[in-house]
Amino acid sequence: MSILTYILGWPLLAALVLMLVPRNYRVIIRAIAVLATLIPAVLAVKMFCQFVPGANGYQFEQQIPWVESLGISYHVGVDGLNVGLILMGAIVAFAATLCSWEIQTREKEFYILLLVMSGGILGAFASLDLFFFYFLHELALVPTFIMIGVWGRGERKNYATFQITLYLSIGALIALIGLIALYLQSGANTFDIPKIIEHAKANPLAINAQNFIFPLLLFGFGILVSLWPFHSWAPLGYGAAPSPTAMLHAGVLKKFGLYGLIRIALPLMPQAAHGWMTFLAWLCLGNILYVGWVAMKQKDLNLLIGNSSVAHMGFIFLGIASLNLIGVTGAVLIMIAHGFLAALTFALSGYIYQKTGTLEVSKLGGLCRQLPFIGTALLMAAMAGCGLPGFANFVGEVTVFFGAWKVFPFVTGCALWGALLIGALYMLRAVRNILHGPLPEQWNSISDASNVWRKLPYALLLASLFVFGVWPRLLTEKITPDAQKIVAMANGSAAVSAAVVGVAPSTLLAGATPADARGTRVLPEISNPQSSTSN
Amino acid sequence: MNASSITLEMCVIALGTILMLADFWMPAERKKFAAYAAIAALGGLLLISLSGDGICSVFGTSFNGEFVEDGLALFFKRIFIVAAILVLFMAAEFSDRIAAGISEYYSLIVFALAGMLFAASANDFAMLFVSIELITITFYVLVSFQRSRLGSLEAGVKYLILGALSSAFLVFGIALIWGTTGKLNFTDLAAVAAQFEANKLFLLGVLFVMVGLGFKIAAFPFQIWAPDVYQGAPAPTTAFLAIGSKAAGFVLLLRVLFTAVPSVTAHWADLLIVISGITILYGNLCAIPQRNIKRLLGYSSIAHAGYLLLGVAALSANGQAAVMYYLAGYLFTVLAAFTVICLVMRQADAEDISALAGLNQRSPLLAATMTLAMASLAGIPPLAGFFGKFLLLKSVVEAAQVTGNHGYYCLVFTALAGVVVSLYYYFGVIRAIYWSKETPDLSPIALSSPAKLTIWICIGGMFWIGLFPNTVLNLANEAAQTFSR
Repeated sequence: MSILTYILGWPLLAALVLMLVPRNYRVIIRAIAVLATLIPAVLAVKMFCQFVPGANGYQFEQQIPWVESLGISYHVGVDGLNVGLILMGAIVAFAATLCSWEIQTREKEFYILLLVMSGGILGAFASLDLFFFYFLHELALVPTFIMIGVWGRGERKNYATFQITLYLSIGALIALIGLIALYLQSGANTFDIPKIIEHAKANPLAINAQNFIFPLLLFGFGILVSLWPFHSWAPLGYGAAPSPTAMLHAGVLKKFGLYGLIRIALPLMPQAAHGWMTFLAWLCLGNILYVGWVAMKQKDLNLLIGNSSVAHMGFIFLGIASLNLIGVTGAVLIMIAHGFLAALTFALSGYIYQKTGTLEVSKLGGLCRQLPFIGTALLMAAMAGCGLPGFANFVGEVTVFFGAWKVFPFVTGCALWGALLIGALYMLRAVRNILHGPLPEQWNSISDASNVWRKLPYALLLASLFVFGVWPRLLTEKITPDAQKIVAMANGSAAVSAAVVGVAPSTLLAGATPADARGTRVLPEISNPQSSTSN
Repeated sequence: MNASSITLEMCVIALGTILMLADFWMPAERKKFAAYAAIAALGGLLLISLSGDGICSVFGTSFNGEFVEDGLALFFKRIFIVAAILVLFMAAEFSDRIAAGISEYYSLIVFALAGMLFAASANDFAMLFVSIELITITFYVLVSFQRSRLGSLEAGVKYLILGALSSAFLVFGIALIWGTTGKLNFTDLAAVAAQFEANKLFLLGVLFVMVGLGFKIAAFPFQIWAPDVYQGAPAPTTAFLAIGSKAAGFVLLLRVLFTAVPSVTAHWADLLIVISGITILYGNLCAIPQRNIKRLLGYSSIAHAGYLLLGVAALSANGQAAVMYYLAGYLFTVLAAFTVICLVMRQADAEDISALAGLNQRSPLLAATMTLAMASLAGIPPLAGFFGKFLLLKSVVEAAQVTGNHGYYCLVFTALAGVVVSLYYYFGVIRAIYWSKETPDLSPIALSSPAKLTIWICIGGMFWIGLFPNTVLNLANEAAQTFSR
C-alpha cells in the first residue's frame, strides 16, 4: 500500500474508532485524535524527504478499481504540485487537533468531524481520480458546516453557518458539473486524471467545450477559494468558526479549488484558460485591494484575519493568471506558505479568544506582557503576513510578482501596493493595538501557553514557515519540474492552435515569455511542449 | 412458459391470503409472529426466485405478451420484495398502535406487493391498469388503517379522491390509445406508434397515461396528495408508499415511455425537463417551513421524484440505469428514516421534528440512523444518495452534450439549486436530534432485536450502495439494456 493511503487512512479510521469510544473517556478520545493526526504528519514528512524531484510521472502511486463501468478508481499519487500541499495539510491537521483543547462540549463528535475533515482533505490532495478528488473534498466540506453551526461562536453564528453552507455548496456543485462535463467531453471514458491528460495531449478538447467547462471550474473553484466578489462567506465564516475548523479550512481545504485549477483546468483547457486569465487578473485586484481595504476597517481580530486571508488568495490567483512557470510555481509556494500562516493566525486568535472572551481590537491591548509566547508568535505571524523576508510567504509572493510582471504589469503594480502597504498597515496596526500599549486591568490574570503541548502547534507552524522561508529550494526544486509540465500544456496547445482560434497574440506571447533569468533557462522547453511533457 | 412464469406473484398472493385466514385461528398475542412468518416467507421467495438462477431469471413473455420477465422486471422485483420485508418488520413494531385487524394490515401489505410485482412485469396497458389498481386500492385501506385517528381517515379520503381521479385519467388515456391504434400491448404498440405521432388523440392518450403515473410518483402537478397522505398515514404505510408505490410508478413510466411509445418520448424531452425541474423546486422549497417530520419527508419525496425524473428526461440508457440505482439507494435511506420515526414517535400526534430532540441520548443507534438517512437524502458522501445523484446529474449533462438541448443545462442548475436548498431542511432534522435547546423527555428507547436488525440492514444498505456501487450499478445497467433491445 502506498504511504499516501496511510496518510489519509489513519484519520478516517480513527474517526470510525472514536464512534465506539464512550463519550466520557475524554483523555482517550483526545489521545486517539492526536495520534491519528501525528502519524500522518510524520509519514508526510517522510514522504516529502523521499520524494525525488523532477522524476518522471507520479510517485507513491496506488490504484484500486472502484467502478469499472465508469472508469472510476481509487488512485493516489504525488508529484511536485501536491507533495508540499499534503505535507502542509498533514502538519496543519496535527496542529489543529492539538489546538482543539478549547472545545469543551461534545468533544467526541467534534474530534470525529475533525478527523473526517483531515482525512478527506488529505485524500482530495492525494487523489489522481476526478471522482475521488471531488468526493473526498465533499467529505471534508460537510463537517465544516456542522462544526461552525454547533461549536461556532458569536451572535452571528447561525447567519455565518447559513452563508458558508450556501456559498460553498453552490461552488462545489458548480465545479462538480464542470468535472462531469469534462469527463464526458474528454472522450477518455475514465475519471483518471493522468489518463485524461494523456488523452487530451492527442485529442485536445473542442474549443466550445472548453469555453463552457472552464468558467464552471473557474467560478466553482473560485467560490470555494473566496475569489472576489464571491468572498463574503469567508471572513464571516472564519469569524464564527471554532479555531481548529478555521485553521483546517482556511489553511488546507480552501487550497483545494486552487489546486484543482492548476491540476485540471489549466492543462486540459488551455485556450479557454488564456481567454479568461486577463479577467481573472482583474478579479485578483478585487481580492488584494478591495478586501485588503475592508480588512483595514475591521474592529475584530478574527474578521481582520479572515479578510487578510481572502486578500492573500488574490496573490495565488495572480500567479495562476500569469500562466508561466514562475507565476505558477509562486502560486503553489504561496498555497503552502499561506496554509501554515492561516492556521497559525487562527490558532493564535483562538487562544486569545479563549483567554479573554473577546477579539475586539479596541478592548484588547498590552497582551504581550501577559502572553509573551503567544504575543511573540502573533507578531511573527503578522510579519509573515505582510511578507517579511525569512518567512515562506515572502518567497511565494516575490515569485508570483516576478511571474506576473511581464504579463500584467499594471495589475502587478497595484497588487504590490496592496501587498506592501495595505497588508503592512492593517497587520501592524492590529499588532500595536493588541500586543502593545496599556494593559486593561481585566486581563491582568490571563496566562500564557503553559506547557509544551500547548506551545507545540504554534511552534510547529512557525518553524514550518521559517524552514520554507529560509530554504525555499526544498519546495521549488520539487514544484518547478511539474509546474513546467502544466505550463507547457497550458501554453503549448495554445501556441499550436493560436492561429486557428485567434487568441490574442500579445497575451500569448506574454504568457509564454518567462520574466527573469530562471525563466529564460526553461524557455526552449516551454516552446517545445512535446519534449518537456514527455520527459 | 405460461402459468409457471407468474409463480412468484401467485406465491405472494397465496401468502397474503394465508395471512388473512390465519387471523381466525391465531390468538391475539401471537399476531406479531404472523409478520415474522410473512417476512421469512418473502425472504425465501427472494432467495428462490430472484437470486442469480431463480425462476425469474428465465427471461421471456407469457400470456400473449402481457407479462414480461426481463432484466428490468427482475431489478424492480428485488427492490419491491426487500422493501416489503423491511416494511413488515416496521409494521410488526407498529402493531401495538393499530387497534384491530393487524393481520389484515400485514396481508394488505403483501397484496400491495403482489400488485407491484405485476407492475414490474406489465407489458400491456390492461396489465398496467390492473396492477396499478391493485396497488392503489390496497393503499386506500392501508392509509386509513388507524380508524380512530382523524388524520389517518382524512389522509385516506384524500388519497381515495385523488387516486380515483388519476385512475380515471389513466383509463381514459388507455381508451384513447386503444381507440386510435387498436393496440394495448407495449411491444405491438411500439411497432405502430411512429405512424400515430401526429395523431392528437393518440398523443392525448399517452399524456393521460403519464398523468396517471405522475400521480403514483408524485410528480408536479400531481403531487398535491403526497404531503397530506404522508403525514396522516401510519408510518409503515407511508414508508411503503414512499418507496414501493413510487418505484412501481417509475417502472411503469419507464416501460411506457421507452418500450411502448419510444418514438413519442423522443419528442417529449422538453416536457420531461420542465416537469422534473418544477418537481424538484416545488418539493424542496415547500419542505423548508415544515415542522412535521412525516410531512417534511412527503415534500422531500416529491423532490426525489424530481431527481429521479432527471434520469428519465435524459432519455438514455445511462439515465435509466441512474434512476434504478437511485431507487435502490432510496429504498434503504427512506426505510431507515421511517423506521426511526416509527420507533421514536409513539404518539401519533407528536410527530413534530422537536420530538426528535435528545434522541442521541435516548438511543444513539437511532440518532445515528436518522442522521445517516438525512445525509444520504441530501446526497452527502459516502452514502448511497451521493453516488446516485452523481449518476443522475451525469446522465443529464451527457444528454445536454449529446443533444445540444440547452434545456438540459437549465435542468442541471435547477437540480443543483434544489440540492442546496435541501441541505437546509435535512440539516434541520440532524440539528434537532443532537443540538436542540429544550430539555425533552430523555427516557431511553428500548429496541427489540427485529427492530435492530431492520436498522442495521438499512445502514448496511446505505453504505454498501454508496461505497461499493459496482454490483447494483451493473445490475441497473443490465436492466437498462432492456430498452435498447
